[in-house]
Amino acid sequence: MINSRALVEVNDLTKHFRLSRGKVLKAVDGVNFRIHRGAVFGLVGESGSGKTTIGRLLLGLLQPTSGGVCFDGTDLTALNDSRMRKFRRRMQIVFQDPYSSLDPRMTIGNALLAPMKIQNLNRGRQRERAIDLLERVGLSAADMERYPHEFSGGQRQRIGIARALAVDPEFIVADEPVSALDVSIRSQVLNLFKELQEELHLTYLFISHDLSVVQFISDQVAIVYMGKIVETGPADIFYRSHRHPYTRSLLAAIPQPDPNLEQNKPEFSLEGEIASPINPPPGCRFFSRCPLRVDACRLETPPLTEIAAGHRVACFRVH
Amino acid sequence: MTQLPADSEILKISELQTFFFTREGIIKAVDGLDLAVGQGEILGLVGESGCGKSVTALSILRLVSSPPGQVVGGRIEFMGRNLLELGPQEMRKVRGAQISMIFQDPLTALNPVKTVGFQIAEVFRFHRGMNRAKRLPEVIRMLGATEIPAPEERAKQYPHELSGGLRQRVMIAMALACEPSLLIADEPTTALDVTVQAQVLKLIKRLCRERQTAVILITHDMGVIANMCRRVAVMYAGRVVEHADVFTLFASPAHPYTNGLLGSLPRVGLKQRRLHCIEGLPPRLDRLPPGCAFAPRCARAAESCRHDLPPLTSLSAGHQVRCHFPVIGAGA
Repeated sequence: MINSRALVEVNDLTKHFRLSRGKVLKAVDGVNFRIHRGAVFGLVGESGSGKTTIGRLLLGLLQPTSGGVCFDGTDLTALNDSRMRKFRRRMQIVFQDPYSSLDPRMTIGNALLAPMKIQNLNRGRQRERAIDLLERVGLSAADMERYPHEFSGGQRQRIGIARALAVDPEFIVADEPVSALDVSIRSQVLNLFKELQEELHLTYLFISHDLSVVQFISDQVAIVYMGKIVETGPADIFYRSHRHPYTRSLLAAIPQPDPNLEQNKPEFSLEGEIASPINPPPGCRFFSRCPLRVDACRLETPPLTEIAAGHRVACFRVH
Repeated sequence: MTQLPADSEILKISELQTFFFTREGIIKAVDGLDLAVGQGEILGLVGESGCGKSVTALSILRLVSSPPGQVVGGRIEFMGRNLLELGPQEMRKVRGAQISMIFQDPLTALNPVKTVGFQIAEVFRFHRGMNRAKRLPEVIRMLGATEIPAPEERAKQYPHELSGGLRQRVMIAMALACEPSLLIADEPTTALDVTVQAQVLKLIKRLCRERQTAVILITHDMGVIANMCRRVAVMYAGRVVEHADVFTLFASPAHPYTNGLLGSLPRVGLKQRRLHCIEGLPPRLDRLPPGCAFAPRCARAAESCRHDLPPLTSLSAGHQVRCHFPVIGAGA
């Protein structure tokens, strides 16, 4: 099912933003991973971890400071604008906020036709294609003439998905696509993402702060903390074999919908909050909050090292 | 798990109706809500956007903006008085002193041009009439109680200088400053990262236990409910549809909505090919069906559900459900 060739390959990807007074915000700092064709790669992290920046770098919406993104064997960072436009058809994005990602003055039909017109696709049958897409995501042909404000959040997110699919992409970056949705709607939209991925053999980068959501949809997962991957592996490592102290704290902090579990679990919580990514100190980024830290962690950055097949962890205490 | 004796109830809401009168029609945000909170207990109020949970909170504090909103019926008895009959002056003495509230977004709830210390001190000035010299140590004490490091320094800072977690701690310090009997926490951790959420939840639990403060915890997150609450009320389209102690609710949810909601959650460490779904969308509150509001989305609904509103009936001690055909004996 999964082709072993990587569709997306990220090599030592780095994005530093220069701020005033010589300060540097290290949003993404030396990230490596590959996404196989037809697979879902989940990226989990708290606010400020750099997960959205990684998504934007993959789509060529931001230029990396160093490192590269290869899409189907082509280095995107080396492309000029017109060649990049050709690649844009093959990669799309679904945003978090279905309210601000649709033009309030554009009918749904026009929102779906626009990407096809820009890419000059399906000429002569663009309308048909738009209706097919709407029906596929659970809406109807009658919705073509309506405006975004006439839809609920969940419906708008379905429209966002239909719009991303309009140009028949291979790769979709979904950036927190269900975070703004209510629980009963969230499961509908998650199922839709999964069905479409299986039917159309899509490849996803699925970004979320919610580990339970990411684990449901992903084949591979990476946990990011302050611009670095701290642990990555097949989604099922999070059943019990996850090892990084941050991953463990994160899992312990997620309240499970089970009162027997929750009200009897030891009262443990990680101290402090994610540190500032502006001029971060050397050494492990998790140092200040880590329950397992030793002196060595302050001086040197732990490399992401394989501890089992496909399972890599960046922690001196685990290696 | 046992029911509280009736005499320890500090808040009892009966048949509350809060409507919004708009040009498009009447929006029945809360329509016939019954709820009771015992002294020192944490009651969970769970539901999705638009189900009326926040309007319930604002109704208790008499903060529903009018027009267009209005409490049109029911009683809210708090420590023996009907809050709906109090005058504006009396109500101001209740707010912040006996009942206080924390909001989802502390950045919009705090005044951006005043230091956090000043804002906490206001509570002591207004409700306790303390002079400046007395207020400061109280402010430091409250900030310290919320585990804010270096409280003397933090008191001099402005909200934008603090992280989201610290701002929410400031809100908690302000809310608990006068040792209220009831704290209403409206999605207090929704804007926070999970590791910070865990800290703030633990803090609310500890402070309220120490002070015997009752809490109405409003959230859409079933995990937070499972972690924090003893009793839970599930709301749908302006009404409580199920009410039970937390263990019963999760083990044997009786309302098809609760059952569906619990079944639709992705769970860490569990392999799920598809998530169970509640089909359809919540109803529009200005066009509520005459019968059960959940009937159009309900797989168990019969003809009677579309016409007759089911009453809130007891299934067992402390477990009530508003459904003609409750789910019996099936766990989520």
